[in-house]
Amino acid sequence: MSKNDIKVALIGNPNTGKTSLFNQLTGLNQKVGNYPGITVDKKEGVSKLSSTQNAVITDLPGTYSINPTSLDESIVLKTLLKKDIATSPDVILVVADVENLKRNLLLFSQIKDLEIPTVLAINMVDQMVKKGISIDLTALEKELNTEVVLISARKNQGIQEVKEAIIRCYVTAKASPLCGINHQIDPDYFDALKKISPNYSLYELWLMVTQNNFPDTISSKEKEQLLEFKKDVSKLKKYQHKETIYRYQEINKILKKTYIVDKTKATDLRSRLDKIFTHKIFGYVFFVFLLLLIFQSIFDWASFPMDFIDGTFAKLSNYVKSNLPAGVFTDLLTEGIIPGIGGVLIFIPQIAILFMFIAILEETGYMSRVVFLMDKIMRRFGMNGKSIIPLISGTACAIPAIMATRTISSWKERLITILVTPFTTCSARLPVYAILIALIIPNKKIFGFLNLQGLVLLFLYALGFATAILAAYILNKTLKIKSKSFFVVEMPNYKLPSVKNVFFEVVEKTKSFVFEAGKIILALSIVLWFLASNGPSSFDNAEKNTIENVANQNLSDDELQQKIASAKLENSYIGILGKTIEPTIKPLGYDWKIGIALITSFAAREVFVGTLATIYSVEADDEDTSTIKQKMASEINIDTGKNRFNFPVGMSLMVFYAFAMQCMATLAIVKRETKTWKWPLIQLFGMGLLAYISSLITYQILS
Amino acid sequence: MSTIASLQIGEMGYISEEALDFIPLKLLEMGCLPGAEVKLVQIAPLKDPIYICVNGSHLAIRKETAAQIQILKS
Repeated sequence: MSKNDIKVALIGNPNTGKTSLFNQLTGLNQKVGNYPGITVDKKEGVSKLSSTQNAVITDLPGTYSINPTSLDESIVLKTLLKKDIATSPDVILVVADVENLKRNLLLFSQIKDLEIPTVLAINMVDQMVKKGISIDLTALEKELNTEVVLISARKNQGIQEVKEAIIRCYVTAKASPLCGINHQIDPDYFDALKKISPNYSLYELWLMVTQNNFPDTISSKEKEQLLEFKKDVSKLKKYQHKETIYRYQEINKILKKTYIVDKTKATDLRSRLDKIFTHKIFGYVFFVFLLLLIFQSIFDWASFPMDFIDGTFAKLSNYVKSNLPAGVFTDLLTEGIIPGIGGVLIFIPQIAILFMFIAILEETGYMSRVVFLMDKIMRRFGMNGKSIIPLISGTACAIPAIMATRTISSWKERLITILVTPFTTCSARLPVYAILIALIIPNKKIFGFLNLQGLVLLFLYALGFATAILAAYILNKTLKIKSKSFFVVEMPNYKLPSVKNVFFEVVEKTKSFVFEAGKIILALSIVLWFLASNGPSSFDNAEKNTIENVANQNLSDDELQQKIASAKLENSYIGILGKTIEPTIKPLGYDWKIGIALITSFAAREVFVGTLATIYSVEADDEDTSTIKQKMASEINIDTGKNRFNFPVGMSLMVFYAFAMQCMATLAIVKRETKTWKWPLIQLFGMGLLAYISSLITYQILS
Repeated sequence: MSTIASLQIGEMGYISEEALDFIPLKLLEMGCLPGAEVKLVQIAPLKDPIYICVNGSHLAIRKETAAQIQILKS
């Protein structure tokens, strides 16, 4: 970003094709950063407006009004109120949907009153003929005192005109309020307000008062005076209502002169589809069927790329090992860093596929119908219809899922959703379940067609969901948080998903996983590698002692190396840690080796498999898990002389993994979203306790 | 006095002028204005929320909110 770039803020109602326009303007030049001061993702992109002029476009969250009711929406207000040369926008680009122009113009009228140069882009104009809409563009521009561009973002029409309009708007820097509205309500009141500061427009001052949102740039004396206005809350509320009514009256006057709809042209596709998707029986049947279809495709489609990534990183590790001189650095690379990165990338296929489906459901407008169907059910458990989206996303990864809770306006409902989302079966649990199921559940069919192993996996998914719901119910009863629950969801028109939008959405969500989870998984992998490859003096003697102990056993070189590796691990810091916790986990059926795997799972749950592979000193052949499986199957419990991984232990472990909060990355995100360590710590200990008790009961009953 | 919550599917009404103080700001902003024609499109299977069309906006709102908004049946 250079100094001469025009800073453009992109604003619009949800479902207006704002994202399409952003993608058309910026293409692949997008990045997600943080807003200064608030740790919320900020989507930015560079757009080439002309051969000599670039613009940095910030895609603000979709909102119906500048008065926020959720975290997402409050970002819009914060960005616009800030008077900071470096970050505040030079030009605001408002996107409106041609079909809902009246409602879209409300937000536009508020933006205009901020007295920042504005361009209005009316989107989806390719639908005008079909919907019987006609616009007198010249008259509209005159009435709004703004340059208006008709576009069709999906069809890439009018984009060039938008770019030109941004430049013209920047050069003329024309900014005037549209409604001059507040004088109409109570002239004396607003005159007094205006006198407080010459640096802000009247509407900006009004927003500071009504939204209790003061930019850093305001002086303390001015702030004190503004706070005086805040005292009469009922008056503020009344004036806000009056303001909105007045804005709509003005908008109606303008549209009467410039906008005509021939209502006979309206199609009834929406109502016909709504009858199916919100039907009292068929609506739910369709939703469940859709979920099953999605999960089935994730398993089918993701396995190939996942095997490929797994194999590639194993090969890379071997290649580096055999081509670099042996030493600590090579070990760090081949046993810490490379498997660490591989452990992050392995999840990309599943996560990307699931987010592709979620993006498609949102793009088509179907997701709003699901929210509509589920609100009553979710509310009983202290959540919101909108909580269904995080809960589904959580089956890929809890990190983007928790970020998706920002649209929930009630803090209590949002917090409960954040707290229970980690119970849903995320993709990191799958490798753990897969190997344990393969070990303890016979691969046979019951009733001739149901695969028993598949059924157990399904049960674990159901267990995750059921626990999430139950935990929400308990939290709802116990959390003493007063927070007004308010629910309004727009039911957008059904439309075909745009490939480009879905693609960008998947890239963005996957990126947030790779960077948020990735850095923590990688860092922990290195720490764990260090703990596993270093230890007190007994560690240094492990090699010598092993060689002496097995001197008369006539072992092959490979077998000897494996024995040494095992002995080293046992005497390493992490081995000692595992032995320390052994008494605690023995009642669950675990030994110190499983204990180590439980500890290392804090990087990411799937590390369980790799850790056991190292402990049971399997040759570094990650491509073939059957060797790990065989080793695990033949591992003997010294106390009983029988198999270590028998049915009770396997079930106990799966229950443990279903409940325990073994994900540092999720804890970090929860801290970020709730702004305190209190909630992630409650998750860590609450879920840990639940996991411990449930596994204890499982093991004691089954054994 | 009837409210939006008392509408049947497909039935219409006009939001009463007295309702202004009881309409949440957010709903006003989304087009739920006094004097506007409101149509009940659908009721969710568990009787709540409800799906209305007002001023060209298609909105799902909870029954408790709908019950605060008085209407005149047409």
